Amino acid sequence: MTEVTQPSLTIDALGKKCPIPIIMLAEQINHVPLNAVVAVLADDPAAYTDVPAWCRLKSHRHVASYELPEGGWAIHVMRNY
Amino acid sequence: MSLVAYFDAASSEPLHPQAREALLAAIDVGWADPARLYTQARRAHLLLEQARTEVAEALGARPDEVSFTSSGTQAAHLGVLGTLHGRRRVGRHLVTSAVEHSSVLHAAGVHERDGGTVETVGVSLEGRVDLDAFAEAVARPGTALACLQTANHEVGTVQPVAEAAAACRAGGVPLLVDAAQTAGRMPIPPGWSVLTASAHKWGGPAGVGVLAVRKGTRFRSFLPEDERERRRVPGFENVPGIVAAAAALRAMSAEAAQEQARLSTLVARIRETVPKVVPDVEVIGDPVGRAPHIVTFSCLYVDGEALLTELDKAGFAVSSGSSCTASTLRPSHVLEAMGVLTHGNVRVSLPRGTSAAEVDRFLAVLPDLVRRIRHDAGVA
Repeated sequence: MTEVTQPSLTIDALGKKCPIPIIMLAEQINHVPLNAVVAVLADDPAAYTDVPAWCRLKSHRHVASYELPEGGWAIHVMRNY
Repeated sequence: MSLVAYFDAASSEPLHPQAREALLAAIDVGWADPARLYTQARRAHLLLEQARTEVAEALGARPDEVSFTSSGTQAAHLGVLGTLHGRRRVGRHLVTSAVEHSSVLHAAGVHERDGGTVETVGVSLEGRVDLDAFAEAVARPGTALACLQTANHEVGTVQPVAEAAAACRAGGVPLLVDAAQTAGRMPIPPGWSVLTASAHKWGGPAGVGVLAVRKGTRFRSFLPEDERERRRVPGFENVPGIVAAAAALRAMSAEAAQEQARLSTLVARIRETVPKVVPDVEVIGDPVGRAPHIVTFSCLYVDGEALLTELDKAGFAVSSGSSCTASTLRPSHVLEAMGVLTHGNVRVSLPRGTSAAEVDRFLAVLPDLVRRIRHDAGVA
């Protein structure tokens, strides 16, 4: 369970305010295969709550959120369908 | 129908007509210092004590337990820090829910910076405090105070105050209940040790809050000594404002059973209709265990500020917990604690007298506004 799936796609939404990181994620999630991981890089505090909330609403999986050394997070989302 | 539908009662309820009448009368006769002994002073004193009795009765308190403050925020600050100060010898641990009003959380911050400890208990997706965790936190040795709101100010979810009070009683811990969102609208739940409320949320004027301290609860103001309001609140009482606040509370409470049930039906209509007419919407908070007048929803891919601006242009005054609408640039701590969508957030809170036609017009206008904002943001 501790195994970290490497992201197939990284979306750089650093410096972007919500809802833009979520819009970028929704646009690009279908660019990766099923069960692949998308990493959203974001530093708007709203994204920290909103990406997992989006996953819940859209039935994708929020895998984990990692703090970035330069501030912000890498928020990992697995495409479920 | 007025041009602007005011849907922000949770921020401030418009002044009740009976409060306005009482305020105008009391300005003329209630201006003197109620602590003095001449005729005008005795008249002000009488008005003040009548208002105190009325407010006490409406809130289920004894008159000598009720003090008036200059705001709900001041009541919360004094209530939290004064109770902690009074129980210093018992311990310095404070328990609150994660979704309390910022006035409670900021008072907790002061306590923490002063060397005290604070435990913040999480909430469910609906915003209801985790009762087991709350009870466990309260049972910890050295707990001086616990705080819980009657209902959440942003999402309306009612908190299990009676159950939390039972847990507090078992541990001998006083419970501060913040009733700002429900006083005058719903019965005050039993079991509080300290009760706080704000008059302008029940149709009274701004500048009046209530701090009630149950007999037997240790309380000691942390502010410089002052004789006013049983030494709990410093400063000259706002007698006209307090008289008006009492008139509003009496009027709101008297009509609450009917009027709040009517508003609750309108809120239910919004809760049911919004997800049907707007795609990708999350309606937030407990659908049943909620304050009668508050409903909150978040629209995916929508900038909250843009939506508020568009709604304002369309004639609707609403508020939002989205970060872009707050001076802090952080989303609301309530929405964060619940783990719900924080962007595209709209809080609708209905004042007394809201018509079904106003709500229907809101529901008719909303879908197109959301569609336009999404379209402009490039969302298909």
